[in-house]
Formats: sequence, C-alpha cells, structure tokens
Amino acid sequence: MKSPLENTILFQIGPVPIAETVVTTWVIMAVLVSGSWLITRRLRRDPSTVQSVAELLCDLVDSQIRETMRTEPGPYRAFIGTLFLFILVANWSSMIPGVEPPTAHLETDAGLAILVFFAVIWYGLKAGGARGYLKSFAAPTPLMIPLNFIESITRTFSLLVRLFGNVMSGVFVIGIVLSLAGLLVPIPFMALDLLTGLVQAYIFAVLAMVFISSTVAEATEHPETEKD
Amino acid sequence: MDWIAIVSILGAAFSVAFGALGPALGEGRAVAAAMDAIARQPEAANSISRTLFVGLAMIETTAIYCLVVALLLLFANPFIS
Repeated sequence: MKSPLENTILFQIGPVPIAETVVTTWVIMAVLVSGSWLITRRLRRDPSTVQSVAELLCDLVDSQIRETMRTEPGPYRAFIGTLFLFILVANWSSMIPGVEPPTAHLETDAGLAILVFFAVIWYGLKAGGARGYLKSFAAPTPLMIPLNFIESITRTFSLLVRLFGNVMSGVFVIGIVLSLAGLLVPIPFMALDLLTGLVQAYIFAVLAMVFISSTVAEATEHPETEKD
Repeated sequence: MDWIAIVSILGAAFSVAFGALGPALGEGRAVAAAMDAIARQPEAANSISRTLFVGLAMIETTAIYCLVVALLLLFANPFIS
C-alpha cells in the first residue's frame, strides 16, 4: 500500500522534481482564476444566472464573516473567500476519477496553514501597529506571554494536521474499501467524503477568521477601556 | 520481522483505538448539549450550529493527532532504518 506521506513525482523541470500535487494545485488555481475572470468580466445590473450564483456565494462569505468576526467584511473577504473556495474545490476534486486531492498531502496543507499564520500577523500589524500587535501577546496578563507565543505556533500546526488528517483519511478509507470490496461499494463513503470536504473547508475558513479577529481585537484594545 | 515492527503495528492499532474513545465521548456530549439548546431556543439554531461545528473540529483534532501518530508508526517509522 502506498504511504500517504509520500508524493508521486510526475516529471522534472531542471533540478526541481514536480509532484502530482503541484500539478493538481495549479490546475485548480487556473480553473478558479479563469472562472472568476470570466464571471466578473461583464457585470450587469440585471444579473445573468452565473452572475447571480457568484453574487450569492460572495454574499454567503460576507454574512459568515460579519457573523463570526462582528466587523465589516471588506478587508477580509478576499483572503477568507479564497481560502474557502480553494479548499472546497481541492477537497471535492477527489470526485474526478484519477485525481487525488492536493489537500490530502501534508505540503499543501502546510502552505495554507502558514498563509493563515502570516495573515494573522499582517492583519494584527495593520489594525494596531507594531505596538498593538505585540501587546496582543500580553493579553489578558503579561504572565501569558510564553503561552500565547506557543499557541500562535501550535494552532497553525493543528490547523494543518486537522485538514490533512480529515481529507487524507477519507481518501485512504475509499482506497481500502475499494481494494477489499470492489467497484460500487465505496459510493456511500464518497458521499460522506463530500460532506467532510465541505465541513473541513468551512471550519478552516472559520478558524482563520477566529484567529484573525481575536488578534485584531486584542491589538486595537485601548488601555482606558481595560481598566473599567 | 523484528520486534520493532511488531511493536509499531501494535502501537498504531492501540493509538487509533484509544484515541478514538475520548473524542467520541466528548463529541457526543457536545452534540447532546447543542440539541438541547436548539430544542429550547430554535431561533438561535444558526449560531449554535456554527459554534458546534467549530467546537467539534477542535475536539476531533485529538483523534486526528492519534491517526497521524499511527501513520507515522506505520509508514515513516524513525526506528526502522
């Protein structure tokens, strides 16, 4: 049985080996970018069907950001929406025969989790400046500085392991059932996989929102409101 | 097959078996509490289920850690060179 921690190398460009995961990721990126470009190329006041669906999706992301972060979604819409859409499409790409979802490999998930790690720093710096961001480590008391520091690293790690474990175990279970039972038996597992993929994409986006909004809230907290 | 491989396979099986126990009990309690809350206050179902999903993901992480430990033991064991 193939190890889920290994990558299949498809071809080499010079000294750089290109894995199957990278090719799938770039295909998904190309589909998402060209799709978005095609949809937003001709926006009209009376929307076509495709534009309505895109607006509905955008509105859904907006309302989730508004409910979870309790702020206006403007600065966060692009990042959170892209994370959600990319992970969703990547998870569901396992439905195409022969395609292994890139999120079932440790490297893609590590990239996404590191993006969230840097986004927390970026939004924290933008909201409270360097002083406000550093002060968010000392919340609620300076005693918590080492714990908060460790937490900012371990929560990135747990984000990565959660997505990897869920998607990879789905792919793995389908492979095992297919090798044991035969052609049509894994279909209920694949249906379960669709649900897991959606839930994991949603949870990844929600957790990114929660991390960003907690840092932003602590960075912009004023000292005079702390006293009362 | 030497004894390190045998112990690794046993360790992987035990880590998944016992790693699934705790989160299963915890998730059961969480879902039961959420159902209770929704039954009492159906209009808050949206925000309750959102919080429930995030909480379940947090609880589930411990089980996923056990799964990753089992996979490391089976496929990337540092003690078998």
